[in-house]
Amino acid sequence: MYTQGLDQLGKEHLHESSATTAELEARFQARVDADEKIEAKDWMPDAYRRTLIRQISQHAHSEIVGMMPEGNWITRAPTLLRKSILIAKVQDEGGHGAYLYSAAETLGISRAELLDQLLAGTAKYSSIFNYPTPSWADIGAIGWLVDGAAIMNQIPLCRCSYGPYARAMVRICKEESFHQRQGYEIMLTLARGSEAQKRMAQDALDRWWWPALMMFGPNDAASKHTAQSVAWKIKRFTNDELRQKFVDFTVPQADFLGLKVPDPALEWDQSAGHYRFGEIDWNEFRAVLDGHGPCNRERMKARRAAHESGRWVREAALAHAAKQRARVAKAA
Amino acid sequence: MSTPDWPLYEIFIRARSGLDHKHVGSVHAADAAMAIEHARDVYTRRQEGVSIWVVPSKEIVASDPAESDSLFEPARDKVYRHPTFYDIPDEVKTL
Repeated sequence: MYTQGLDQLGKEHLHESSATTAELEARFQARVDADEKIEAKDWMPDAYRRTLIRQISQHAHSEIVGMMPEGNWITRAPTLLRKSILIAKVQDEGGHGAYLYSAAETLGISRAELLDQLLAGTAKYSSIFNYPTPSWADIGAIGWLVDGAAIMNQIPLCRCSYGPYARAMVRICKEESFHQRQGYEIMLTLARGSEAQKRMAQDALDRWWWPALMMFGPNDAASKHTAQSVAWKIKRFTNDELRQKFVDFTVPQADFLGLKVPDPALEWDQSAGHYRFGEIDWNEFRAVLDGHGPCNRERMKARRAAHESGRWVREAALAHAAKQRARVAKAA
Repeated sequence: MSTPDWPLYEIFIRARSGLDHKHVGSVHAADAAMAIEHARDVYTRRQEGVSIWVVPSKEIVASDPAESDSLFEPARDKVYRHPTFYDIPDEVKTL
């Protein structure tokens, strides 16, 4: 999306106009405050650009790494229909990664740089994908809880101030709804099945509940990015607001399944109209983010191996295209 | 460590015949034929299109937002270009 030459663009503008950075920033903030969208070639503060690159690329990496825990079950899905659905879902995740990389590239960073940051471990991806998927019920729990939490986070991003990101999110949200519903339907089928199937469903809920709550990030008091991102309208709600909404929506869905949310502190607060829930184990959250989750090493190893073993394809395709162009030029 | 990116292509999709092609995003591809295949996989998994255009991103020349005032401002004071500018008595029909 018009990435070329974007780096110079912001600087040229500074030279061309006599406006100082402070004036440009004030004008920028006024546009954001008026709910105008910022587009790729518009002037924007460097910190806004950096924040977006970090956030969009983390999001893109999460989609790509997120293909792995689910891909684990493609060969073992219980029926041909389930297999087709799972393939479609995993393909969607790849597509979401592609929309998001494409949006990040409008900010003047190349796809290769973004991928290098992921492979070098300098860019993060969602901690949730560092948990394993030992049972088929995990595929249900991921769709229901992980995609459910993602939707909570993503719907407000459809109104984000940066146009290319907001447009990518609109596409993604439409598709996430399928992901969440197919996951819940897997859980429903298991919950209505044999005792062993019910136990599988409960076990998956037990393992995914807390990591899903962690997906919303640190508590507001500990979240260093929130205030500025809210002012820039990159973020519309705080981590705790979104987490609360997720709990309020999800607990009744678990009740319907006849499953028990693994939180002894969970209770309905009639006066507040919200569920109260227990404290998240933030040590676990930080440990997984820092690379010590159950599958961090495996995920990065698989990602790096895929990148390396695909190298010859990328190079051969470029060489083939060059040869084709040369042949056409010669014939002309 | 990285191979250079495949060239970037901007993707335009016609949702149904009768509609314009609309910009939807971009893909990397070694050549235009591959860009069409990638655009098919990335942007039309749910029958979002019946036709795809791919354009090398570097071939797109865009207006400069810093000059949008001088480009678009001249149209602002020409309200007489709009039909609603003219007061026509109600008695006159079909005009």
